Amino acid sequence: MNQTSETLDMVNAVGGPEPLIFERSVPGRRGFQLPDSGLTQREIDQFIPAEFRRATPPRLPEVSELDVVRHFTRLSQLNFSVDTNFYPLGSCTMKYNPKLNDRIALWSKFALVHPAQPDDTAQGMLRLLFELEQLLCQITGMAAFTLQPAAGAQGEFTGLKIIRAYHARKGRTPSTILIPDSAHGTNPASATLSGFRVKKLASGPDGLIDLRELERQLSDDVAALMLTNPNTLGLFEKDIRGITSLLHEHDALVYLDGANTNALLGIVKPGDMGVDLIQLNLHKTFSTPHGGGGPGAGPVGVTKELEQFLPVPRVRQTSSGFRWDDNVAHTVGRVHGFYGNVGVLVRAYVYIRTLGREGLKRTGEMALLNANYLKARLSDTFPVPFGEHCMHEFVASLKPLKAHGVNAWDVAKRLLDEGFYAPTVYFPLVVEEAFMIEPTETESKETLDAFADALIRIAEEAKLTPDRIKRAPQNLPVDRVDDVKAAREPNLRWHP
Amino acid sequence: MTIPEHLRYTKTHEWARQDEGEIVVGITAHAQEELRDVVYVELPAAGKTVKQGDPIAVVESVKAAFDIYAPISGTVARNNAALQKTPQLVNQDCYGNGWFFAIRPSQPEELNALLTADGYAALLKTTAH
Amino acid sequence: MDYTPHTDEQIRQMLEVIGVSSFDELLTAIPSEVRCKSFELPSGLTEPEVVQTCETLAQPNVSLREAASFLGFGAYSHVIPTVVDNLSLRGEWLTPYTPYQAEASQGTLQMIYEFQTLVCELLQMDVANASLYDGASALAEAAVMALRATGRQRLLISEAVHPHYREVIATYLSGSSCTIQQIPQVNGVTDLEALNAALRDDVAAVLMQQPNVFGCLEPMAPASELTHRVGGLFVANVYPVSLGLIQPPGAYNADIAVAEARGLGSPVAYGGPGLGLFATKQEFLRRIPGRLAGCSVDQSDRRGFTLTLQTREQHIRREHATSNICTNEGWLCLRATIFMSFLGPAGLRRLAELNLRRAHDVVERLRQVPGVELAFDRPYFNEATLRYTNGKTSDAINRQLLKAGIFGGVPLKRWFPSLGDAALWCVTETVTDQQVDRLVDALKKL
Repeated sequence: MNQTSETLDMVNAVGGPEPLIFERSVPGRRGFQLPDSGLTQREIDQFIPAEFRRATPPRLPEVSELDVVRHFTRLSQLNFSVDTNFYPLGSCTMKYNPKLNDRIALWSKFALVHPAQPDDTAQGMLRLLFELEQLLCQITGMAAFTLQPAAGAQGEFTGLKIIRAYHARKGRTPSTILIPDSAHGTNPASATLSGFRVKKLASGPDGLIDLRELERQLSDDVAALMLTNPNTLGLFEKDIRGITSLLHEHDALVYLDGANTNALLGIVKPGDMGVDLIQLNLHKTFSTPHGGGGPGAGPVGVTKELEQFLPVPRVRQTSSGFRWDDNVAHTVGRVHGFYGNVGVLVRAYVYIRTLGREGLKRTGEMALLNANYLKARLSDTFPVPFGEHCMHEFVASLKPLKAHGVNAWDVAKRLLDEGFYAPTVYFPLVVEEAFMIEPTETESKETLDAFADALIRIAEEAKLTPDRIKRAPQNLPVDRVDDVKAAREPNLRWHP
Repeated sequence: MTIPEHLRYTKTHEWARQDEGEIVVGITAHAQEELRDVVYVELPAAGKTVKQGDPIAVVESVKAAFDIYAPISGTVARNNAALQKTPQLVNQDCYGNGWFFAIRPSQPEELNALLTADGYAALLKTTAH
Repeated sequence: MDYTPHTDEQIRQMLEVIGVSSFDELLTAIPSEVRCKSFELPSGLTEPEVVQTCETLAQPNVSLREAASFLGFGAYSHVIPTVVDNLSLRGEWLTPYTPYQAEASQGTLQMIYEFQTLVCELLQMDVANASLYDGASALAEAAVMALRATGRQRLLISEAVHPHYREVIATYLSGSSCTIQQIPQVNGVTDLEALNAALRDDVAAVLMQQPNVFGCLEPMAPASELTHRVGGLFVANVYPVSLGLIQPPGAYNADIAVAEARGLGSPVAYGGPGLGLFATKQEFLRRIPGRLAGCSVDQSDRRGFTLTLQTREQHIRREHATSNICTNEGWLCLRATIFMSFLGPAGLRRLAELNLRRAHDVVERLRQVPGVELAFDRPYFNEATLRYTNGKTSDAINRQLLKAGIFGGVPLKRWFPSLGDAALWCVTETVTDQQVDRLVDALKKL
């Protein structure tokens, strides 16, 4: 489809469509200038014999610096972001990303340090990583951390490898992981990737893990239970000590998906729950920016007993300074090319030092306050099936609107028109027409009220003019994109 | 809700039709309606040995993917290549051109244990929401 | 300091609406036995105090601005145009979520579509995803994909693939029933005879790196052909900047191509975050791990972009997903898109030439220093293995060089003891003439 001339005509409108960078390209236009190499063709032939040489150049665009600036500035204006909009995405903890964190992470003394530099020339780096580990231990009550996993999912994967290694050391090969049906999709996916089978654990009628059901499912073949606490319904698993004891009686381990740690700061330490492993999502609880899809970081904390399985290398404090150490008795190996997403780790470190004890406590408290306030404002309009109070998030059901032909997906799109990013929809699977809402602690009462008012208005609108909702969004650069066409006729790259 | 009389059904919403020495299989009107727009179908290769109840195909919409189970045991005789290019046939003509695969049964009596049209209708009533 | 905006009055009002008289009433569902007894952490700081604390912390680090660096080994420091920082730090790029709500994310989605296109062009492959964590995990995911696609159980990996990458693959595949056989190097490149001898019809894939860990250029085309003869998949781990001059994976019929692309617009940052490129042939489309952005239309027939083929991914397929990944390295993906767009074909070529020239100049000068020799008589791009024959170890030499403010080549003995005292020297376009003079002087003194 060639929209070049049309779209270029509309190029001036702010928030209007933007051509592809390839459509801005003009043959011969000069982009970024570099000095001439001074190489002769003969030298090139000599250094790189013909059989290794590229025959045809890549068809990258030829654009000027101003083209680049206009293009990527205008594209950015087509995005919602935390910096511009409220993002009540359940389970994502879309809190404000402090600019101070980015600034410090980009200092040359952090950003321009090479991973293979001698340890003596990177003592500041090593100290930061060491201190971050300590801080995460203090926050969670776990004994040790690996900072290597590049995201929450990779953290889960690492944790599962540790679980396998733990059992192997005892001469056992249990092949099953128990996972509640309310868990994040990454949990079963990570389990499969690590070579385990998944057995689903049905939630009890109160939305929590049913201890008797858990006992029924336990066997010699169960390696671990993976759970989230508070769970994806925003409810605290009050029987958590009973759950961890039960698993330990069967010599199985308990893995905590720490995606919901924002609810626990200063309130509960995962270590005190009796869990054996936890992954944290630094791009959730610890404010590092989501970047439109990454990078994140998923450090994994463990009990003292499991420390011997952590990935290598680890940072040690010695008499001669901080050093990388490859000696971890029964390490599961390496999961990252180097040390993990250090740029993200620096941001999280700055955040934790900024907040400190009082700031982190206040964060947990205000996260809970905001979620409960929003729940109180909305539960007359939309049922919240479980729990009297929630923790940092809650799940509402939009089922009442089905009678008017409006579903949760429609309401999500309608919210976009009001300038609010939609909550998480259709997750967890245990609630019908689920709307998972997590406001986070950095949002003000005014924002929460505006959001609640908008949702209540939409509920009214559903009775009178449901069509407006079904056609939403109408105020954005595009209306509903045809995802059926996108899946049936995959068009994944531009062609010249 | 169409439930053709001459077909047999499974609890997992597949239909089965006797066609000379083979059993042709597809998904019911109820299933394709739940799925909405089918965007892709993954079919078993001809020659594959299957057991009753094995997941042997996958049907995908934009938002979901579901396993399709062999209603009977046997060998896959052929599959519906037309679905590669036109997956929407499953939505348009689920009992006809939207068929998935055909199995040469190894235990033909298994067909009698499947639900009749009435049985399937009753099943839908009890699980209706 | 914290970022909560609540006043005491607002907190009071909110508690009232909730219907509790104190915050503690919200915690009644939590058993007292698990409540935090102590929360021992340093006190919070204000912004000026944070800056001061971090400056003190960072002080001992010697950055690449302060030292002359000849370090590569999978992490390459290249020029970063000013506009890359300037544009990418906009809040609208840095702070959105994953683009699941397409209409609210057209910027990110279009950028990913452009990125996928640029990667296909760079690698000369049919289809590319929105990126994976880094080169190492991308290579591991490629191995997993090849095993599943072929149904075979054996992998052949060249010894000349980066040792960290080989370790990551081993971790990813531990506990699976597949076997990994290492193919040795001979004179700096993969031994094709050994490869041929190891190839049988149970081989799912052959994994090689270009340029390899020694900096040498590998016979990728012949290796690819040998692999295909037994029906295996050829997987290439490549270096993006080198592709301005060096043959891309598509040209030698690679089935899967991966790369570490942090060097396209992002700083080395002590090795992370990275940017893992992943590209493959059209026939493997539905096996690709990770995110894909597709072009479609909206209800008004305007061009629009959306994530697509999501049924491969964890949030839908759960345990049957092609991978567990739900991240792409979004922000670095953006920076690489800006970088590749801005450099264009001419800029990428010139960048590659600058690296080629610099590295060859330096290596030639170093070879003139008594006691230094080129370990392998093979073509190389911007990295080469040098061997020391004057009795000094690489570590000792590097210690001396450090005193002159120079990071010498990475010693290779630890992974390749048979090479003797050899080190991997990398020269990118960021190295200056003065730095090279300083290096030659320092080496001569030794």
